[in-house]
Amino acid sequence: MKWTSYIFKKALDFSPYDENIVHDSFSELIEEQSHSQDGSEVFEMKEMGGRGRENPAFLSSPLHREERQELEPLLSENFSPVTLRVLSAMPSRTIGRNRGAIISQYYNRTMKLRRRRSRPSIRDLSRSARPSICGYRVETDPEAVAEEVCEAEVAAINFSIKKAATKFGKMRPKHQTAVSNLFNQLTLNLGFRHSWYGLLSFLHSLQLWHVELKKVSGRFGTGVLSYFVFLKTLLLFNVFLLLVNVFFLAVPQAAHPPSNQTHRAPFQGLELLTGAGYFTDTVMYYGYYTNSTVNGCGPALNGSGCAVGQNSLDTHPRMPYNIPLAYFFTIGVSFFITCIILVYSMSKSFGQSYRIDNPHGDLAMKMFCSWDFKVIKKSSVKLQCENICTQMKDLTMRVSRNETLIHVEASLLALPVVVSTVNLLMPGLFNAVAWMEQYDAPSTSAYVAICRNLLLKMSVLGVLCYHWLGTTISGHVTLSKRVRQNGSTGGLECWETFVGQELYRFLLMDFIFTVLDTIFGEFVWRLFSQKVLKRKRKPVFDIARNVLELIYGQTLAWLGVLFSPLLPAIQIIKLVLLFYIKRTSLMMNCQAPSKPWRASQMTTIFITLLCFPSFLGAAVAVTYTIWTIKPSQGCGPFRTLNTMFESGKIWVRQLEEMNSNFSWFTWIHKYLVENPFFLFAAAGVLLIVIYFHTQVVDGQRKIISLLQEQIDNEGEDKKFLITRLQDIYEKKRPVSVRFKQRERRDDRRTLTSCD
Amino acid sequence: MTALDTGSATNHLLNCQSQSVGATGSSLLDPRLHTRYHELAPNLVPMDYTNDPDCKVPIQLIINMPELMENPFKERIVESFSEAGDGNLSFNDFVDMFSVLSEMAPRELKAIYAFKIYDFNTDNFICKSDLEQTLNKLTREELTPEEVNLVCEKVIEEADLDGDGKLAFADFENMISRAPDFLR
Repeated sequence: MKWTSYIFKKALDFSPYDENIVHDSFSELIEEQSHSQDGSEVFEMKEMGGRGRENPAFLSSPLHREERQELEPLLSENFSPVTLRVLSAMPSRTIGRNRGAIISQYYNRTMKLRRRRSRPSIRDLSRSARPSICGYRVETDPEAVAEEVCEAEVAAINFSIKKAATKFGKMRPKHQTAVSNLFNQLTLNLGFRHSWYGLLSFLHSLQLWHVELKKVSGRFGTGVLSYFVFLKTLLLFNVFLLLVNVFFLAVPQAAHPPSNQTHRAPFQGLELLTGAGYFTDTVMYYGYYTNSTVNGCGPALNGSGCAVGQNSLDTHPRMPYNIPLAYFFTIGVSFFITCIILVYSMSKSFGQSYRIDNPHGDLAMKMFCSWDFKVIKKSSVKLQCENICTQMKDLTMRVSRNETLIHVEASLLALPVVVSTVNLLMPGLFNAVAWMEQYDAPSTSAYVAICRNLLLKMSVLGVLCYHWLGTTISGHVTLSKRVRQNGSTGGLECWETFVGQELYRFLLMDFIFTVLDTIFGEFVWRLFSQKVLKRKRKPVFDIARNVLELIYGQTLAWLGVLFSPLLPAIQIIKLVLLFYIKRTSLMMNCQAPSKPWRASQMTTIFITLLCFPSFLGAAVAVTYTIWTIKPSQGCGPFRTLNTMFESGKIWVRQLEEMNSNFSWFTWIHKYLVENPFFLFAAAGVLLIVIYFHTQVVDGQRKIISLLQEQIDNEGEDKKFLITRLQDIYEKKRPVSVRFKQRERRDDRRTLTSCD
Repeated sequence: MTALDTGSATNHLLNCQSQSVGATGSSLLDPRLHTRYHELAPNLVPMDYTNDPDCKVPIQLIINMPELMENPFKERIVESFSEAGDGNLSFNDFVDMFSVLSEMAPRELKAIYAFKIYDFNTDNFICKSDLEQTLNKLTREELTPEEVNLVCEKVIEEADLDGDGKLAFADFENMISRAPDFLR
């Protein structure tokens, strides 16, 4: 009775709202369940041995009446209250009222769904999966005729109509009519089936590359086969697209070439590579298609084709074909259909392949499911055996490492080196690409380069963050195993230290590679370009790239500060050294940039880049770690907690217990910090403020443009006023003065003309 | 079992048959599968079933078929489809075997027969000795006995749900249903 006292004790300690605690008193639910299941659940536990080869199928099928009568004592109607109480105290029944109700509801719903399914369960079939035609109903009494009819059917199936006929002759006349009807049905049915199978096998052999795919799967297995199957799928998509476009666009347009066809360039071989030249003015490209409705010619009554008839009584029916509409709809509809097909096949394969993740089922699954039965070549089979052997060994045993500790530690540097190499080489590639692309303004190319480099670095960081933080969600299996094997964290399962070390390595590698890049990219390149290429000018200092590298390094530091608090010291040393190295290199090797550089705008951009992707990303990663991820149990300041955030909660609780004066503090904490409503409200207010400011800035910009216009207008005003003044002054002046002035002017003119 | 499909270039036709067999279930009207069966033992298998003969091709001839020859489970496969359990297949059994092995067979059917194949001592449970034999066949006995023991114990630990130390069909099916690659 130990468990009853335990249960009662548990029930008293905790509130009923705490669903993690056991609850007894489940008897009504168990009664309901046992009624709805027809008692089959109780029977599943009993072993049904010795029923021959059908047993696995038999075991799961609903019980037949005879068995139920035999095992009547186990039906729940016969149970005493004591038994019921014992049953209700079983571990599987004491899971809590809420959970139990959910499970029983789910179970009932599943049973209803199963009963509703029209197709009979595979378990109910007899051992052969072949459907029997014996089930055809006969008009006369079934019992007497069935056996004979069945025999005759079977004889017919066994290719011998003669035997069937003899059997038929032996039958009684009153059955003969029934059987003859049946036979007519049968032969018709057989005939249909025969032709249907013939068609099926013919269609199957028509499948593209069927033989080739079998060869591939026979030698290399299903994995490699999936690539080729995917290729075939893509081919079919393209075939569909081509057919649709040819029939609805190319053919109608080709049948009615545009009237104002320009002279086409003669065919040279290069068109096959460039796609231009001769191909420019053909149905291959958009430009050829007219934007009018072509009038197709229907079939003429006298077969004379399309006559350009002057009279309105045209005997040829015309088929107007609107080319622009056809173009639009063809492309749109083909995309739509492709989309539907893709989504459908994606959902189907997702449904097939998605399984609830079970990290514990690895070994069993590997054992039963890793053998690829498609492989039949001897060498491939041997390879598979070895492969499975190695996998088994890996899963169960720890691979004994013969390498020394130094090798082990050095291998940790592999990932940072690779990442830094990628960060170094890719900008060079982007520069080469940008050199080929021609931009209108030089600033555009600078912006594009910045964008590309930024995307590269952020995506690298994103992937790394997912790798470090994401794997810890699933129980940090891989990380802890590596940690244990490397032995670098003293054998403890301390993934935070590992991540901190990784970030330290990344930071350092980044620094080393930057220095190397400075030496080789600037110093050596300068020597090379001056001595070998004989260029007069030194290489240019690439500001954008260097700033982005600084931002990247800073992001790493921000990411790592949670796991390694002293990482900023490393960053400080790195920046100081970098300063001096870059300055020296600059003085020696580079020249001032020839492109104009708008310093203040660029500074804004760099600070924005530092804030937005860099700091925000790091903050999000750190917040996520603090809020969600379970800290490791063996080390660190949060080792006994579920999340790092809980430490705050615990402190608040402690404060409350220690000193009741601080209860307002806990009240604040409970209702403001923990309550998501407050956070949403705060975020909403922030967004409103941002919006308000942007509107203010927008308004100010409009005012600036208005004022600019006003200044222009004022300039115009000045001119206008001066001319008006002049006019008025001219009108007001006495006539004689004007005349004298004119005379003086004419004299001056005659004087100059004489000279 | 990533795919219980026996295919190769030479058996392209046979596969067609087993495809149509798996899809509809009645291939007796198609003589090509029977031709393959007949080729195994021309002296034994009659072309005419008028007298309803009860002939069975012995197991030795069947496991020499190219689709099965390299398969480590060939004897078990043939045995689980034979009616008496000794591996001699009548034509019905032969057709059943290729039906289930084809790509079109339903997953539940394949699971049932897979369970039978792995059940070496035919007691309708996969016990530890069955697992050991399976593993030895899979790895061609390259694992040491301690490793084999460890693997089998772990498998039972992982897959056994009702705790009786062996895998019943329900346990097996539950585990197989989690594997997306099974039989596809």
